[in-house]
Formats: sequence, structure tokens, C-alpha cells
Amino acid sequence: MTVPLDSLDALAARVSDGAFVALPPDNSLCPVSLVRALIRRGVRDLHLLGVPISGFATDLLIGAGCVRSLTTSAVTLGEAGLAPRFTAAMKAGSLRLTDATCPAVHTALQAAEKGVPFMPLRGMIGTDLLPQRSDWKVIDNPFADAPDPIVLVPALVPDLALIHAAMADRHGNVWVGRRRELATIAHAARATLVTAERIVEGNLMEDERLAPGVISSLYVSAVAVAERGAWPLGLLDLYGADAAHIDAYAKAARTDEGFRAYLAAHVLAPMPKAAE
Amino acid sequence: MTVAREELLIAAIADLIAAPHPHPVRHAAVGAASPIPAHAVMLARHRGHDVRLSLLQQRVGNPFTEGARELFDLAGQGRIDLFFLGGVQIDGQANINLIGTGTPAGSSARLPGNFGSAFMAFTVPRVILFREEHSPRVLVPTVDYVSAPGVSPPGVFRRGSPQALVTGRCVFTFDAARARFALASLHPGETRESVREATGFDYDEPDAVPETRGPSESDRAALAGPIRAALEDTYPQFCARVFGARAA
Repeated sequence: MTVPLDSLDALAARVSDGAFVALPPDNSLCPVSLVRALIRRGVRDLHLLGVPISGFATDLLIGAGCVRSLTTSAVTLGEAGLAPRFTAAMKAGSLRLTDATCPAVHTALQAAEKGVPFMPLRGMIGTDLLPQRSDWKVIDNPFADAPDPIVLVPALVPDLALIHAAMADRHGNVWVGRRRELATIAHAARATLVTAERIVEGNLMEDERLAPGVISSLYVSAVAVAERGAWPLGLLDLYGADAAHIDAYAKAARTDEGFRAYLAAHVLAPMPKAAE
Repeated sequence: MTVAREELLIAAIADLIAAPHPHPVRHAAVGAASPIPAHAVMLARHRGHDVRLSLLQQRVGNPFTEGARELFDLAGQGRIDLFFLGGVQIDGQANINLIGTGTPAGSSARLPGNFGSAFMAFTVPRVILFREEHSPRVLVPTVDYVSAPGVSPPGVFRRGSPQALVTGRCVFTFDAARARFALASLHPGETRESVREATGFDYDEPDAVPETRGPSESDRAALAGPIRAALEDTYPQFCARVFGARAA
């Protein structure tokens, strides 16, 4: 089956309203150009999954009114501080939030990629998180000699994983380098949409040095080119985060008006800088 | 040149890393936005303590090839000896709250979230709690939400407990058997009274409470030199603030 090479807007059109969408965190190949395209297309009622935490891209989507619910272990802009639209939505009560803890998100996706209904995970017993999560169960470890309570988390199967890769080939193989945890998201999700900095000739899976950092086309539904597609976030060693831009966003988005102005300038308007 | 507050905290944490403990630190991991703990691990190494630092946020040459998931898998196996946690609230039993205050928790001001704390506190044998703000609103009798408990009942899997709490005013050590802090050292300018007044929970106060040992000249030279060089790419703003602008 061939993997289509879409335009960015065509890729965004593949995300249905109401979809359960997994996003990588800000420091790990987050597809911000695609997120901007989703906002322009006016996507609604997304259930976002932060793997394992959420940042700039999720804050943009929340502010733009695209998100109904969010499952995540934290929402932060890192050195730029609190995520302002998340904070405002929590204050307004307009966002349904399910708190998690980072390894529980990874473990739930690992269960999904194995096709098993749940996996056990240490910790969490005695926290206030555990009683909040009626979908998590505590059992007695059936292999232990002495009583040993342990938490089970159910598999999480996102409808879509959205990833920005450093490169893709024309077969639909995409290279994420050392960020191999992204492969787990792709394996767990029903479908994966990928933006890539560039298209390379040849077949990435046939290059023994690159193949370990490749997500195979088996998992990829469509690819679009998005040069500097993680901006203002960074991408591996190709480019760093634009800290000044994120700082300016963090300040502007503290108010509704400031956020609207940011959206108008950097998301809704044509933006030659990011080649959208 | 006077010692910066950050340098003092770095030295205090480096002392805790090297302190005798049933779980020696061979591998420390540092999560998001923790420049002072990262520098402390590097300083402990400079002083001759054989410790590996895994910096989760390192952009180039990151220690992992499976991102944060690998960090948590390592911790789950017991391959990480030391981790750092903080909180919007920390109470006298070393419980931490990363969600926010109020009822329900987070209703007065919602903070980012639990991160990995609900797991790391159980799987990592040594945890150093670190929070620069030392005030009654942070150091409370009881947290409004337990992101991670300081101690657990018998039969609940956990490899260790918080070793200490380092704040902008002092160092407390933690006795897990009694679930209680003790004042261990006072930063310059602080007194027993000033710390008592700024602390919302009760704690023990031994007869002898020394001043927190600051960095030596050799420590400071290492911090401004090779340690800065190693960490500047990860913490550019912190390094510029504490160690000054780089000569062009």
C-alpha cells in the first residue's frame, strides 16, 4: 500500500472532529506546523493525549477552542513557565482534564502496541492520583509470595498519532532518530500522520545506519512536508527552540485578546517563515 | 566575589549526594527545568564522586534513545539511584503536591501536573526534595494533594524515601521511620527562629545546627569552567544569570 504525500492542509483534513489524538511533548518532534493547520481548518472536540506531557502545541489547540478533553501528566511551557491557555481553561472549567503520571502514559501505549488489555506499573499507591483514576485497578501481584499490591493501567489506543519527523522517504518511512519512543505512539495508534522536514530519495529502511531510527511506513497513513515544522519548538540537533518566541507567546496568551492577536499573526495569517 | 545563592544551593546538594547513605549514588537523573540539581551532580563528580548524570532535556547527545520512556523504565528496574522532586506544597511528612492548592486541588491555581513523580518517588531509592521558596505557603502541615507520598505503609513497594529537603533558607534531613524532618544546616543569614517562622510544618531541631557549607574556590572554578561548558547548552539562561555573560 502506498503512503500518500499530502499537502499540509490535506494532512490536517485527515484529522476528524472528536478524534483521540496523541501528541509528543515539546522536546520530542512535536508537529507544530500541523497543529497550526488544524487550527486553520477549525478542528473541534479533540481528545488530546500528552505523551507523556503536553506543552506549546496543546496550549495553542486549547486556546483556539479545538480541545474537548485532555489526558496528560503535565502541561508546561518549560522555561517559559505555565501554559497560559491551559491555565485559563482550567480556571474557566471549560476543559475536561484527566491527570496521569508520565510512565503510566507510556505503559498504556506499550500495552496497546502489544495488543494486550492492560499492563502493571509500580508506584502510585498512596497518591491522590490513583483514586482519581477509576479506570486504573490495583491487584495483588499473583506471582509474589507475600501480599504485593500493584497498579494495572488499561491499554490506550489513540485514533491518531501526530509526529514531526526529520525526514521521510517516498515509501512513507519516516526518520525520528534517537526519539524511538515515538515509534511506540505510532505502534499503539490506529493511524499515524507525519510531517517531515524534507523528503529524501531512496528507502530509509534499507540504510542499516538509519533504520533503527525509522518508523516504518507500515504504521504511517500519510506524510506532508513541513520545513521547520516543529518551530517555535526545536528538532533534534537540526534546530533549537525559539525561546524568545515562546516567551513572547507565554506573555501574550495570558489574556484572551493577547492570544487572539497571537493566533491572527502566527497561525491564521500566511506565514512564510515556516513555509506554510 | 560573593557566592551566589545558586552556588550555595548547588554545593549543599552536592554534599548530600556524597553523604553516607545505604543507597550510594552511581546514576542520577535530572528531569525538566532543574539546573541547580544538574549542576550539583556535576559538582559531586568534580569532587571525585563517581556518578553518571542523565539529563532528560539534553538536546544534543541526549543520554537516551527512547526518550523519557527509557528514563522511567530505568527507574522501574532500579537503575537510577537519585532523582529530584519539588512541589507547590511540601509537608512535614515529605508528601509533595504538584497539582495546585485549594479544594479540589488546583482550583485556586492549576499547576502543570504530576509529571513522573507518582512513580519516581517509589522506584528511585534516593530522592532529594528541592524548592527555593521557603515560606509557610509552600512548607505546609499537610499538602492539599499528594502527587507522591514521602513514606508508604509496609507491604507497598518502594525502594527508598526522600533523603533531604533543600530550600532557599536551609537543609532539612528526613527520617523515613518517623516521617519527620530535622533541621540540618542554615544558609548564611538565616537563624533557627527565621526558619521556624517561615516553615508551616513541625520538625526536629538538634542542639547543633551548623551553617550550610558553601562552595570552595575549587568548586566555584569548576562550576564557572568545565561544568558550565557541559551544561550551558541545556540551561543557557541559568548559566548566563549565575556565572555571567560568556566572553566572546
